[in-house]
Amino acid sequence: MTLLKRLWPAMLGLVALLGLWQGLVVATGVPGYVLPSPLAVVQALATHHQLLWHHTGITVIEIVAGLLIGCLSGLLTALALARFHGLRRTLLPILLISQAIPLFALAPILMLWLGYGMTAKIVMATLIIYFPVASTCYDGLRQTPQGWLDLAQTLGADRRRRLLRIQLPAALPALASGMRMAASAAPIGAVIGEWVGSSQGLGYLMLNANARMQVDLMFAALLILVTFGVALYFAMDALMRHLMPWHEDRTGTQG
Amino acid sequence: MTSLGFSLAQARLAFAGQWLFDGLTVEFAPGSWTGLLGRSGSGKSSLLRMIADLPLPDTHELTLTTDDARPLTGRLAWMAQQDQLLPWRTVVDNVLLGPALRGRPSPADRQRAFSLLDDVGLADKARDWPKTLSGGQRQRVALARTLFEDAPVVLMDEPFSAVDAITRLELHELAARLLAGRTVILVTHDPLEALRLSDRILILAGQPATLSDFDVPPGQRPRALEAPDMLRLQPRLVARLHAPLTAGSQA
Repeated sequence: MTLLKRLWPAMLGLVALLGLWQGLVVATGVPGYVLPSPLAVVQALATHHQLLWHHTGITVIEIVAGLLIGCLSGLLTALALARFHGLRRTLLPILLISQAIPLFALAPILMLWLGYGMTAKIVMATLIIYFPVASTCYDGLRQTPQGWLDLAQTLGADRRRRLLRIQLPAALPALASGMRMAASAAPIGAVIGEWVGSSQGLGYLMLNANARMQVDLMFAALLILVTFGVALYFAMDALMRHLMPWHEDRTGTQG
Repeated sequence: MTSLGFSLAQARLAFAGQWLFDGLTVEFAPGSWTGLLGRSGSGKSSLLRMIADLPLPDTHELTLTTDDARPLTGRLAWMAQQDQLLPWRTVVDNVLLGPALRGRPSPADRQRAFSLLDDVGLADKARDWPKTLSGGQRQRVALARTLFEDAPVVLMDEPFSAVDAITRLELHELAARLLAGRTVILVTHDPLEALRLSDRILILAGQPATLSDFDVPPGQRPRALEAPDMLRLQPRLVARLHAPLTAGSQA
């Protein structure tokens, strides 16, 4: 099955949606500063490409850094929780409580502490994915099939090797869904950070463009964010597949 | 590897507040194959787990004494109903799981893994993923992994139940040949399998359950299907497995 064959229904839907949008704008005569037509957005994309490029770079760095740090620290937390029993009682409740804090409410404080630069946004993106990654990974580590654990025990595995050679690979499919989710959540964290206070980035650009009635520019920035988000998701998906060549793909050719 | 016998005493297991069995005593002669039968829920698989010192949800106790008075830990191999191959390890790396979990497999270990795969007829599959193998092939890899441990005691919990009947008969031949000289306990639901492979058949039944012997056909394992007494004993064994429940419901 080729990529094109798989993608064309989605493409068709997208084109239909764009057509509907353009038609709506033409038919209703809604002013461009309320709802720009898709063509106007593309025009804005071309006109402001330098500006957009600059701010995209900032946001992408924030997202990727947040994603890396969040996934890595989430994974390490899960491994530590699975390895050290004592840690569970201390750390698990704290993790749960931290998850209940609305991140949006935390953003202004992060600005206060870390300033208006990139750090606050990276922390924001990290925080938004840290808990989901830690919890999906920890769940995955705990749900190792009993048969494999029995085997590990009778083969004389110590706890560390059992964790790294049995439980961790067994958790990879669960981990992969956590990572994919993280890839789509990380941009949200970065943009929230930029909205609350910043001088650069696509979130800042969107907020500014909105205030100046440059809705076409805002949509252009949004379009870039969406494209990047989708690309990030598929990149993560491809990476996970690469890490698990043995994994039975449900959409594969087998059975 | 020298043969190792062992005995169990004071084996007991609780289930739902009652002793499923209590005070079981049994000896396993060095190099002998024991077929352990019983109905579902009789506790035969749990007894096997107790011998292997694997976790059980229910209260249990067991005194295990080996012939040389040293612990059995590290000297037993476990073969379960499912092959338990790790999908992320190639076939040969699955055979090498033991050394990989205890440290790092040496080149000599790899050599041995390849030669064991050759013994089970899967030398050409050594570098494939387990998902490309058939059920019978997977179980043969599990057998090679078991053999790699070179353990004097092998505990098997319905190891051949997940494959088709013909493959099962082939696996019997292979296991009997390659695991010769080891003390084997084979938990099984299949009377035919027990009659083919056992030097001794034990039936776990009753309330609380006790172990009782059942005569095995003469001759060396694996006994041929048409071997004397195989056909005669099979229905009798089935009847024996039925009996306790009937007796229990009448009482």
